[in-house]
Amino acid sequence: MEKRVVFRSAWLPYALLAPQILVTVVFFFWPAFQAVWFSFQLQDAFGLNTEFVGLQNFAELFRDSRYLESFKVTAVFSLLVAFFGLAISLVLATMADRVLRGALAYKTLLIWPYAVAPAVAGVLWAFLFAPSIGIITYVLKGWGVDWNWIIHGDQAMLLVVIASVWKQISYNFLFFLAGLQSIPKSLIEAAAIDGAGPGRRFWTIVFPLLSPTTFFLLVVNIVYAFFDTFGVIDATTQGGPAQATQILVYKVYHDGVKSADLGGSSAQSVVLMAIVILLTVVQFRFVERKVNY
Amino acid sequence: MRYKTLAAVLASASLFAGHAQAQTEIQWWHSMGGALGEKLNQLASDFNASQKEYKVNAVFKGSYPESMTAAIAAFRAGGAPHILQVFEVGTATMMGAKGAIVPVAKVMADAKEPFNPKAYLPAVAGYYTNTKGEMLSFPFNSSTVLFYINKDAFKKAGLDPEKAPRTWKEFAIAAGKLKASGQSCVYTTSWPSWTHIENFSAWHNVPIGTKQNGMAGTDTVFTINSPLHVRHIAMLADFAKKGWFTYAGRTNQGDAKFSSGECAMFTGSAGAQAGIKKAAKFGWSVNFIPYHDDVAGAPQNSIIGGASLWVMGGKKPAEYKGVAKFLAYLAKPEVQMDWHTATGYVPITMASYEMTRKSGFYDKNPGADMAVKELTNKAPTANSKGLRFGNFVQGREVIEEEMEAIFAGKKDAKAGLDEAVKRGNEILRKFEAANK
Repeated sequence: MEKRVVFRSAWLPYALLAPQILVTVVFFFWPAFQAVWFSFQLQDAFGLNTEFVGLQNFAELFRDSRYLESFKVTAVFSLLVAFFGLAISLVLATMADRVLRGALAYKTLLIWPYAVAPAVAGVLWAFLFAPSIGIITYVLKGWGVDWNWIIHGDQAMLLVVIASVWKQISYNFLFFLAGLQSIPKSLIEAAAIDGAGPGRRFWTIVFPLLSPTTFFLLVVNIVYAFFDTFGVIDATTQGGPAQATQILVYKVYHDGVKSADLGGSSAQSVVLMAIVILLTVVQFRFVERKVNY
Repeated sequence: MRYKTLAAVLASASLFAGHAQAQTEIQWWHSMGGALGEKLNQLASDFNASQKEYKVNAVFKGSYPESMTAAIAAFRAGGAPHILQVFEVGTATMMGAKGAIVPVAKVMADAKEPFNPKAYLPAVAGYYTNTKGEMLSFPFNSSTVLFYINKDAFKKAGLDPEKAPRTWKEFAIAAGKLKASGQSCVYTTSWPSWTHIENFSAWHNVPIGTKQNGMAGTDTVFTINSPLHVRHIAMLADFAKKGWFTYAGRTNQGDAKFSSGECAMFTGSAGAQAGIKKAAKFGWSVNFIPYHDDVAGAPQNSIIGGASLWVMGGKKPAEYKGVAKFLAYLAKPEVQMDWHTATGYVPITMASYEMTRKSGFYDKNPGADMAVKELTNKAPTANSKGLRFGNFVQGREVIEEEMEAIFAGKKDAKAGLDEAVKRGNEILRKFEAANK
């Protein structure tokens, strides 16, 4: 059964769609087209000399070991952010689901960080972990840890992962909680009567039934790690030290805006565009089918 | 009440009068925040008050890279400012943009304003002059690297606080004693590449790149993997391992580590003095940067950092006249002295240096002339005149990335500097190709 609204007028549907299409064209298609166009050019910073160089920018990109390194960094970063973001919020949601008294207060507190802008979240954690003055640094130094993320790449990575995960937990928490609450109590009770313990009940009933939510959140979290963490990184490590936290989207910004290399930067955003299109297609085509709805 | 009305009428009348004369507005984009910004605004308003034809409008556009990016975007869209403050690493990019800028020498000559490049400190003028001897931008705020020590920490470690280490050998001895006395951070630095590659090279009279550090052409390559460079960076990595050197970051993060007393020794901009003066609760002194005493000719002279003013192209002749008038005003010795004494930047003309010296300022503020002395320690050579590398904003980052890898112990000094040269040269080739 399909529901279909039929417009009698020939122009009305287009007119109604026009504002949305206009916004999409101006803010999405036009810049995307420009990125593709610039990616074939070599241009000086001021745009005084422009030369068409074909695929040279792309060839250079893939010859550049730094760029390939950035792929690795992005993969590690987004996997860490997505995994910990989902795992921690699932634990919290399961806990909050069982709380009887004061549940609203817990939930509110857990949702709070979502209202914080990524850059602010970054600065907050950067202060806590600041090499000279941070409170956590002070504790770590007391334990004999040489904490200085300005120079140690893995510590810098840890910092941006913590800040990004902390910021995203609230969002995941909300969806998981809603998902948990929509699971019929009768199923769980039936399993309990059959003698399944809490762990078994969770893994064999709750977790599979949550899979649509988990899948949805996985997509959202990976996209978040790919793009929205820009603020966190710009406010803390700025891709350093020695590019240890330079994820792809930060490199696009860095090379294009800070280094005024428009051609190289555009080529990178074209690659990034392709990755995202591919990722979305793969996820919705193949992964979604296996999800237990 | 009546007086107030009268005053208001007069005020609006004078406003109209001013309007009738139609002042020519000159936009000046800069990156001086905080106290420096206030001082800069005062320069503009003093100039505006000194004449009626022109009005300089100073606009803060964020950090150096931010204002440069903003100006480039504005230029592409046809709305660039008349005057733009650009930091020294952006110099080659600006020079390469021939259609986007007008050489300062030409602006001054066209407007028949007095302008003598010889009046400037050679280390300053050389940085902004092309091989034909034409000054392309107007030196504005210049600083150099100085070596700071915490005298109280020296005393505590049993060292003579009046004798700062002069060489890296003496430095190592002092560092060992400071560490033994329980100093948590012995030494740190701000601006690692500017200090330990660029100024290090000039101070030891070795090239940073071929073609006179890029000043004689864009077909230059980096030479910062020479045995002396490798030895110096390896020494720092060794210091880091021993806990004598704490890396603070790529910009001025080291300043706070010194002024808070955390680090006992520090290399940073001469411009850091104002902040340290305010924050430090201990005795300190500024000194020449240490050198390796087995290198012939060292110490040579240090090179500048800071920024200069570029005049952008495509404006009306009347506006250029105003720009020239304003720059001539800024070059006056008394204006320069005011700027120098208030900010800690180097007095960039010999006349203003002399004037400040005669005023007794240096007697009251020991160390305030240390930067000038270091810059003019010897007559600059091809290696110590300055540097001019295309896209050096990017090039410097490459160097700093490799330095970070070396200091973290991930690479040895030779491998890191070789990689910095290789990657740096790729950037230079790209610039050469885009600016043919």
